[in-house]
Amino acid sequence: MFAYVIRRLFIMIPTLLAISFLIFVIIQAPPGDYLSTVIAECQSRGESGCEDKIKFLQDEFHLGDPFIEQYGYWVWGLLQGDLGYSFEYQLPVSQVVGDRLWLTMIVAFATVLFTWIVAFPIGVYSATHQYSLSDYAVTFFGMLGLAVPSFLLALVLLYLANVYLGISIGGLMDPEYIGQPWSWGKLHSILQHLLIPTLVIGSSGAAAMIRRLRANLLDELHKQYVVTARAKGLPPGRLLLKYPLRMSLNPFIADIGTLLPELVSGAVIVSQVMSLPTTGPMLLRALQSQDMYLAGSFLMFLAVLTVVGVLLSDLALAALDPRIRLGGGATK
Amino acid sequence: MTLDNAIRPDDTSIPHTVSREPFDPYSVEQLSPEQERYFLASQWKMMWWRFLRHRLAVISGVFLLLLYASILVCEFLAPYGTGTRDHKASFAPPQTVHLFDNGEFLGPFVYGYDFKRNEITLMPEYSANPAKVEKLRFFCEGEKYEFWGLFEGRLHLFCPAENATLHILGTDKLGHDLLSRLIYGARISLTIGLFGVTLSFLLGIVIGGVAGYYGGWVDNLIQRVIEVLRSLPHLPLWMALAAILPKNWSAIIVYFGITIILAMLDWTGLARAVRSKLLSLREEEFCVAAQLMGARPSRIIGRHLLPSFMSHLIASATLSVPAMILGETSLSYLGLGLRRPIVSWGVLLNNAQDIDTIVLYPWLMAPAIPVILVVLAFNFFGDGLRDAADPYK
Repeated sequence: MFAYVIRRLFIMIPTLLAISFLIFVIIQAPPGDYLSTVIAECQSRGESGCEDKIKFLQDEFHLGDPFIEQYGYWVWGLLQGDLGYSFEYQLPVSQVVGDRLWLTMIVAFATVLFTWIVAFPIGVYSATHQYSLSDYAVTFFGMLGLAVPSFLLALVLLYLANVYLGISIGGLMDPEYIGQPWSWGKLHSILQHLLIPTLVIGSSGAAAMIRRLRANLLDELHKQYVVTARAKGLPPGRLLLKYPLRMSLNPFIADIGTLLPELVSGAVIVSQVMSLPTTGPMLLRALQSQDMYLAGSFLMFLAVLTVVGVLLSDLALAALDPRIRLGGGATK
Repeated sequence: MTLDNAIRPDDTSIPHTVSREPFDPYSVEQLSPEQERYFLASQWKMMWWRFLRHRLAVISGVFLLLLYASILVCEFLAPYGTGTRDHKASFAPPQTVHLFDNGEFLGPFVYGYDFKRNEITLMPEYSANPAKVEKLRFFCEGEKYEFWGLFEGRLHLFCPAENATLHILGTDKLGHDLLSRLIYGARISLTIGLFGVTLSFLLGIVIGGVAGYYGGWVDNLIQRVIEVLRSLPHLPLWMALAAILPKNWSAIIVYFGITIILAMLDWTGLARAVRSKLLSLREEEFCVAAQLMGARPSRIIGRHLLPSFMSHLIASATLSVPAMILGETSLSYLGLGLRRPIVSWGVLLNNAQDIDTIVLYPWLMAPAIPVILVVLAFNFFGDGLRDAADPYK
């Protein structure tokens, strides 16, 4: 097990390096950069002190240096925990991002929990009651959950929640709690506002999970050992829980890795619609205004989150399933 | 069986026969016509039969076929052009098509609008006027259009009554007819998924084929690249890539740019499938035989290996079309994808940005309905194809 962990950790390093390079290429790709914008602005205004500002930018952020060197400085900064400088906000990225990262992670965590809590019982039920009316209903709703664009679902649910439940629209807490110290009221307000984003972001993930769990469990239920166990008189509930269910649990854990990028993608668009103070809207703005360090650090953060998620799920799988620990791949 | 050459010493002894004719086993064991039809069917024929058994997939297939046929003749189907503005009808609500007026059958018609501006809120208010009965005309001369930019025409499937307007799905802020724009939007939204999948299909087959056939370090490298791409969240990356497209590009180039961006992240799944299949198939005898006869790798992959699981590939490609359609819709909705004046379903949904829209002008969300239906249909259709892909199971 120890060797496995070490091996996985070593694989992570080149992966992260490759990702960081890719991200840097992408955020550098749009024609022009912030430095040329500043120079153009200075020249048009004819202000004094421009030289200093340009020199400051060149010294501090190596704008205008060759591409590879800029990349090197960026990665080196990242390694030391320096996320760079946001040109638009005129602040270090870490200060701009601040709470948003935590709120993003809270939303992601809540969504994973929601997905599991919903998908697990429904998936098991629809597999054990194959071709029943409720199975068809679940399958249909699952398909629908995959097909409805998430922003549309967010809009409609927001409207319904406002009209029928009286939850205020947008944001992650009621306005009077913003900037206030933590209290029960604030927690309650946040939980209330988390409901819809979680529902919206989690629905497509839950739908996919239900389908996969159902397929996996059905495969297991048709195997010989289930017949044997039943013939020997094991009670159905115990039989189900003890063997086939354990086998079909793998996708739940293996999915943490793939679930995270999906969640983040879903979260971007949904938080845009619902104006949640998470990273989504900020990323969108940064991309549109070429605020490259802000956008780059965001993308990098999301990628790290994903890679770590994959690592965690692989480790959990290895701990639970000796077949994987001993060299095979994850079974799906 | 013929006994021409049989040796018959006399009629009483047991006949000893040796036929020199080639033996035809069917002469002994007669196959019934149904059995013969089944046993001798080609692989593709069996797939077709199996596909037909999946009711929902067949219905979805027909539905998709009709939709794709409709994008050929948008100009004929839509009552108005994409740029046509009805200056008197900004945010006009949908008109219901009626058949009976006061119990009298009139054929399909709509009641004309009465327009009034609310004196307090200054909002335009429309009400149907029962006195204005405006019958629809069919196969009629209507607004002029250029059919695919080739020749001019005036023929429409249906048009409003003379000197009247018709907005079955309502209008947007500028008075564009939503139904017409929806019909034209299909042209972009449906093809972008198809082109994107074609592109990612090619990428997936070539890259996955190379990885699976050669193995070794090539395989390792490609596997790592795929891992990197898969561990990045799709939508933010799409957004970043879409932000690269220069703002001054023409609409059609942006269209292809978005297609390429969508395909660039999608090929990985297919490449993985191709690779794992090839890894096992390249050890088979027929592959070794081809190698010994001096066939080039591209020929072995393309001629001998790929066809053996082509049907699976097509099925999984079909299943990735909806993701692309949803991707385009989301990007355009966020304002990073296609831009006006291109009309796609995502661009149309861009009008329904906030909650005010739902409350005041709910019909602006209508373009979501075809998106949902198409995505569902592709999912069912792909499921059917996947089940049919292996007819010998």
